[in-house]
Amino acid sequence: MKSFIALYEALDATTSTNAKKAAMVKYFAQARPEDAAWAVYFLTGQRLKRLVNTRELREWTSEYSGLPDWLVEESYEHVGDLAETMALLTPEPGPSELQLPALSVMVEQVLRPMADLDDEQRQAIVVRQWQSLPGNARFVFNKLITGALRVGVSKRLVTRALSELAGLDSGMIAHRMMGNWQPTAEQFQKLISKEHDQDLEDSTPYPFFLASPLEIEPNALGLARDWSAEWKWDGIRAQLIRRNGRLYIWSRGEDLLEGRFPEIEQAARDLPDGIVLDGEIMAWRDGQPLPFARLQTRIGRKKPGAKTLQQAPVAFLAFDLLEYDGQDIRQRPLADRYSLMKTVLPTQCGQLLLPGRIEFSQWDALARLRESSRERGVEGLMLKRLNSTYQHGRKRGDWWKWKVDPFTFDGVLIYAQPGHGRRSGLFTDYTFAVHSDQGLVPVAKAYSGLTQAEIDELDRWIRAHTRERFGPVRSVDAVHVFELAFEGIARSKRHKSGVALRFPRIHRWRRDLKVDQADQLKDLEQLIAD
Amino acid sequence: MASDVLVPSAGGLYCAAGNFWIDPLKPVERAVITHAHADHARAGAGEYHSTRAGLPALKARVGADDRHQSHEYGEVFELGDTRVTLFPAGHILGSAWVKIESDAGVWGVSGDFKRALDPTCEAFHSNPCDVWVTECTFGLPVYRWPDTAIVIEQIQRWWDDCRDRAVPAVLFCYALGKAQRVMAELAQRTDRAIWLHGAMRPLVDAYREAGVDLPDTRMVSEAEKGERFQGDLILAPPSAAGSPWMRRFKNHSSGFVSGWMRIRGNRRRRGYDRGFILSDHADWPALIETVEDMQASRVITIHGNGEALSGYLKAQGLDSERWNLRASLSDGA
Repeated sequence: MKSFIALYEALDATTSTNAKKAAMVKYFAQARPEDAAWAVYFLTGQRLKRLVNTRELREWTSEYSGLPDWLVEESYEHVGDLAETMALLTPEPGPSELQLPALSVMVEQVLRPMADLDDEQRQAIVVRQWQSLPGNARFVFNKLITGALRVGVSKRLVTRALSELAGLDSGMIAHRMMGNWQPTAEQFQKLISKEHDQDLEDSTPYPFFLASPLEIEPNALGLARDWSAEWKWDGIRAQLIRRNGRLYIWSRGEDLLEGRFPEIEQAARDLPDGIVLDGEIMAWRDGQPLPFARLQTRIGRKKPGAKTLQQAPVAFLAFDLLEYDGQDIRQRPLADRYSLMKTVLPTQCGQLLLPGRIEFSQWDALARLRESSRERGVEGLMLKRLNSTYQHGRKRGDWWKWKVDPFTFDGVLIYAQPGHGRRSGLFTDYTFAVHSDQGLVPVAKAYSGLTQAEIDELDRWIRAHTRERFGPVRSVDAVHVFELAFEGIARSKRHKSGVALRFPRIHRWRRDLKVDQADQLKDLEQLIAD
Repeated sequence: MASDVLVPSAGGLYCAAGNFWIDPLKPVERAVITHAHADHARAGAGEYHSTRAGLPALKARVGADDRHQSHEYGEVFELGDTRVTLFPAGHILGSAWVKIESDAGVWGVSGDFKRALDPTCEAFHSNPCDVWVTECTFGLPVYRWPDTAIVIEQIQRWWDDCRDRAVPAVLFCYALGKAQRVMAELAQRTDRAIWLHGAMRPLVDAYREAGVDLPDTRMVSEAEKGERFQGDLILAPPSAAGSPWMRRFKNHSSGFVSGWMRIRGNRRRRGYDRGFILSDHADWPALIETVEDMQASRVITIHGNGEALSGYLKAQGLDSERWNLRASLSDGA
């Protein structure tokens, strides 16, 4: 664990991406594979299944530090990170001869077995670690038992560090890391091995290629004939794998969606072997998309019942072919992949659809077509360069998402709560309301969209104009109006307002508006498309 | 309860028996100033009382004229019906806490203070009071300072690392107090010269005149054209971060010296590479230790998150409350 702590400190001590990558390369070069495997696991944002709940941890912190529980709560609210709060409140152990255990030993022999113990035994283990671990080691230990490490490195950066170490293409490392990768010594060695990938499991998906938002006029992309256009569907990005008689559906978050979408699995049985499709899972009926809210009723269901299947039917809309006849064809041009996809998939095969491309010869015509996105229930357009390969991660240049402008409304700030991580100790989580017959009613929570200067100003104002405190939440005088953007709206029984907004965020601070000029709930309700 | 010796007023504390204000933010007739930081010392008072050691910095802040009366530490002087003494607060050069004796008992007002040793100023000197009015800028138990020696060692290692990589090491710190403290600590370990931002100069000069031993310094503004500052340490006030002035330090590593750096989110939010936890304020254990040393039965918290400290002291059986001095600004007082 000592060298992992040193790595953590090195990553935390710089804001430079190159310096972070160099620190990881140095670590991976000298770490034992069983430790390096766990380092990859945590650095890529994965976490152990919850071992202790946060209420218990706060109680143990209070007991161990001798501080009253309310003071632990106040401290947590101030720091904004429980692992850090616990590290700061627990006393520093005296100097000790004790060697820190290796990272793999810590995880496999201390942390994982905790899952099978009772409260008292788990408390004893946690306290024993607090008694022996100095400073940052205590913080990292707390991070491992509470969740993700979050040290400002992306999965992509870890991939690049490993690729530099191994002297391999980062796409290959990214591919090997996909799917059911396990943090073992053997798997780590395979990750950086020069050997060919004969033995990737059948279930292993390819790394997803992600589009970037188009911020320029499309005619700046060049000739229209070099580009392909598709509708941008508002569903769940997924990869469908058909290999050796088995079927696997992966979400972009790399969850196996086994059993969740039986209608898609049913349709995919007719696909030939050695096929991998990239596409979008959509709520879909009679050749039309249903609102995203309908799909949400399916996302959490591991085994949907007949009623759910009837109310929220889904389809898989294929838009790319990554593997054909067992061969990885990602390096072939998009136009070729499209043609091949047509040969394996007719326009419709049950709930497996090939929505196809939009014919266009002029950018202007495409721009006009994009205006119809809302009526069609899509988010806008995707633009893809016809001769492009299928890359991995968010690489700019060949895939662009050209979304329609979001909906907006003017809401009143009524509650605020301190943020976490980088925004700890500042009131950055806001709740906004609109007018209704019952007065102001909350409709959206938003965290992003203000500049640091605006956040600082608002934070000072909130502290000075707090009306009531409910735990960490403060209600404030209804004074400030903000323009908020959102992507969609649906009826909701779980919200007091009766509506739920999709992806709300702050567009700008409307200092020019008074509270009575903010929008009405009925203005929002009119936008609901049923 | 008998009437209090002090009440919040003009952003500071007013003593009716002596007809003076302590650290007022608005112009008043007569001010007693604990130290020259901007949130304690403002121009416009009719008369200033301060320590002799703190006078140069105070004059730099509020102007030099004949309205100043300075006093030695421990010297008793009379204001109205009160007897006032200034004791070392250990915060910065010339900083004081104020003891007020009157018929209504003995009150102590902390200004800002710390208990850790500092080569640039006299150490905090405690003296019993009935009522202790304490700052609590860092009034939560998450604030516990590491040993100064450890932090200075970290700064020095970071500087060495920047020398190895031949990049400028830009260290942000408050221009009055913190900068000189860091410089004086470093002077005990190295004789390398340090570059200064222009805002540091008058205060560094004032410390030198007061006899504080500081390392050789050079002004960034007087550097030769094309100077690349490779491996050099540069001290700058936090306001310089992100300004065009920074462009001359190519590929620099940045650090910030402050008690706030105890919290990781504070450092990350400001985008500093390194945070060094060195404060001129008392940490949580020192706040509580000082309450004990003062032997006061009543503790009033000012500046900062006073609710937590007051709540904690009340649970310990003391009489304690929080006063909001800022609120007194809008009272029209």
